[in-house]
Amino acid sequence: MAASPAPSSAIAAIAAVEAGLAAQGYIASRQIATAVYLSQAIDKPILVEGPAGVGKTELAKAIAAWRGLKMIRLQCYEGLDEAKALYEWKYAKQLLYTQILKDKLGEVLGGAQTLHAALSQLHDFGDVFFSKEFVEPRPLLQALLEPEGCVLLIDEIDKSDAEFESLLLEILSDFQVTIPELGSIAAASPPTVILTSNSERNLGDALKRRCLHLHIGFPEQRLEERIVESRVPGISQTLRRQLVAFIHDIRSLDLKKQPSVSETIDWARVLVLLQAAELGHDLVKDTLNVLLKYESDIEVALPQVTTFVAKAQRQNIFG
Amino acid sequence: MQENLHRFFRAARGAGVHVSPAESIDAMRAVASIGLSDRTVLRDSLLLTLAKSEDEKKALGACFDLFFAHVDPAQPEAKDDEAPQDAASSEAQTAQPSDQPVQDEANAELGPLAQMLLAQNTADISAAIANASSAVGLSEIRYFTQRGLFSSRMLETMGIQRLRDDLDALNDRNPAQAERLQAALDGLRDTVRDAVAQALALYGREETENLRHEILRNAQLSRIEPRQVAEMRALIRQIARRLRERYSKPRKRQRRGHLDVRRTLRRNAAWGSVPFLTAWKRRHRDRPKIVALCDVSGSVARVSDFFLLLIHSLHDVVSDVRSFAFSGHLIEVSEILEQKSAEEAMAEIMHKVGFGSSDYGSSLVDFEKQFMAAVTPQTTVIVLGDARSNKLDPRADILKAIAERAKRVVWLNPEGRMTWGWGDSEMPRYQTFCNVVRPCATAQQLERAVSDIVSAYQ
Repeated sequence: MAASPAPSSAIAAIAAVEAGLAAQGYIASRQIATAVYLSQAIDKPILVEGPAGVGKTELAKAIAAWRGLKMIRLQCYEGLDEAKALYEWKYAKQLLYTQILKDKLGEVLGGAQTLHAALSQLHDFGDVFFSKEFVEPRPLLQALLEPEGCVLLIDEIDKSDAEFESLLLEILSDFQVTIPELGSIAAASPPTVILTSNSERNLGDALKRRCLHLHIGFPEQRLEERIVESRVPGISQTLRRQLVAFIHDIRSLDLKKQPSVSETIDWARVLVLLQAAELGHDLVKDTLNVLLKYESDIEVALPQVTTFVAKAQRQNIFG
Repeated sequence: MQENLHRFFRAARGAGVHVSPAESIDAMRAVASIGLSDRTVLRDSLLLTLAKSEDEKKALGACFDLFFAHVDPAQPEAKDDEAPQDAASSEAQTAQPSDQPVQDEANAELGPLAQMLLAQNTADISAAIANASSAVGLSEIRYFTQRGLFSSRMLETMGIQRLRDDLDALNDRNPAQAERLQAALDGLRDTVRDAVAQALALYGREETENLRHEILRNAQLSRIEPRQVAEMRALIRQIARRLRERYSKPRKRQRRGHLDVRRTLRRNAAWGSVPFLTAWKRRHRDRPKIVALCDVSGSVARVSDFFLLLIHSLHDVVSDVRSFAFSGHLIEVSEILEQKSAEEAMAEIMHKVGFGSSDYGSSLVDFEKQFMAAVTPQTTVIVLGDARSNKLDPRADILKAIAERAKRVVWLNPEGRMTWGWGDSEMPRYQTFCNVVRPCATAQQLERAVSDIVSAYQ
């Protein structure tokens, strides 16, 4: 085992991560901060899973902003392949060059008497068309070429095909890619890799094994209040408490799509815009569509609104 | 520390979390960098490095709590400091009440275990139990039947033989003390038994479960006891999930590296056929088409539940499935299976056509009249049933017509080959028109059969 920093400094470092992310407006739970710290300490990518809108992508942005690194984002979708993710030969440019250089070819080969001599002369030019000038780096290769390191966000990996996963393995474990014509290209400085997934399909074990697995669920009430506080500064404490309590009640219902943190923040913004000081029955009814994205969900929630609003107001008195 | 972590990894495997060597190395590195001082951070780091899904996180969290309930991560150093103090204080305690130096001398003749028990030194006793458990390899425990064996081995290692001798000797000399010792021994037995039970909970869970599943997988579906039905359903659902993971991938795949010359030339006609834009060949695959006919009559009532469950899961794997259920007559149940949950769908289907006496002939006639168009040359027809037609006309000619239209006809029979053709079974007559005929009495056979059917299209 490599020499390790004193454990107490590790605890301090985790607290520093928490503070650093908080300065960027990302309120991280202890678990998230631990994951971010560990990913640096043992050079591992983080695979973040969780429902939509709990801040998986935000985490990568916050880390990049906190460390002052560039963020490179690769959005995954079905049919994504290495030409779009890793690198591509600038085919049109290669072709253009050959067309232009056609005339030069006569001059170059002018001295050759036989076909054999011409061939060996051609060989001396080497693989000019398969050199670095003709490589078009795509996000993954870009991330490796970044001299200062960067934050590489591979978003919604579960949307890509299973084949694409295997393509990632070399990058995730060794931080290098192999281009057959050029050889292996290793990272100038290892990027911080964040993968996100909505668990739409099960990822392969090989991929999971190479990552730290972080599950972000819906935050606790306190944490969510802090998140709203940091994201929507203009909101009053009373409204914030009531709003978060109300959303926690809504999440207990059987809904098609539970409102997540991003919806909480949107709703808080809306309420601030409407200059609401407190949660009211009519106010909630009018703005419920910000929170719930399906007609059927709104129908389920509407009868409960009065109860939940009353409960949230009560909570505010005692809490 | 390493020793403890290794044991924890083994416990984690017992809890059903797959800990590969690579992951355990990661965990070691993580622990080395964060240290052992903060319990919650340690827990978080182990969850991050070892568990790879939410379920695993839950299992591992519970395992962590159970495992470190007794073993403090920083135990080795701490114990060394504390043990002497503990011993000193307990000596002081025992010295006071026993107040006769004579008895202490008598105790000196006793074996170490008896002395320990009489002194009631809990720290020493638990240390002795820990030593004994590592000496007998308690973490190797797998099945609950091994409990007695391990307890007695541990007691032996701790020197129970000597203790019994001491007890016999004391019975003569000092009955009061013998009684105390006997009580302490009973207490020790309980403690050891608890330790073994805890070890079993930690290390043995997975093996026990695997064994139970293995037995269940090979059990006759028709002879499952009612209390096992729920477990069996869970097992079938697991099978369905596995099938889905294996076969539900998109079936469109580019054939990379094969240039489609015709399309490339056509696309680049504007540039004098200098191929700026390339077109690549694609490979098309057959999409699986399945027509499933499921017998739900009284004679197969106990199995048809599982058949329906499996067809329900087929609807998830394959996009083009039409399913039919029959006993005396036949109805289409595709919609019910697609729209409702497995339980609701099964109840509704059973309510509509279930439990009647089967009539394969008229059911096949129903199928021919209404649904023959569903069978195309790409279709695999699966029939799930025992082919017992109550001596009615089997109408094998309709099955022949179906077989001629379809790509394949697969018959899965819940009865063993031995009974085909006996009594009212029409299996031999139907068999001639089927491409594949399989007995399908256990969950395992069911899985293999369906897996074969789906993979034929891959």
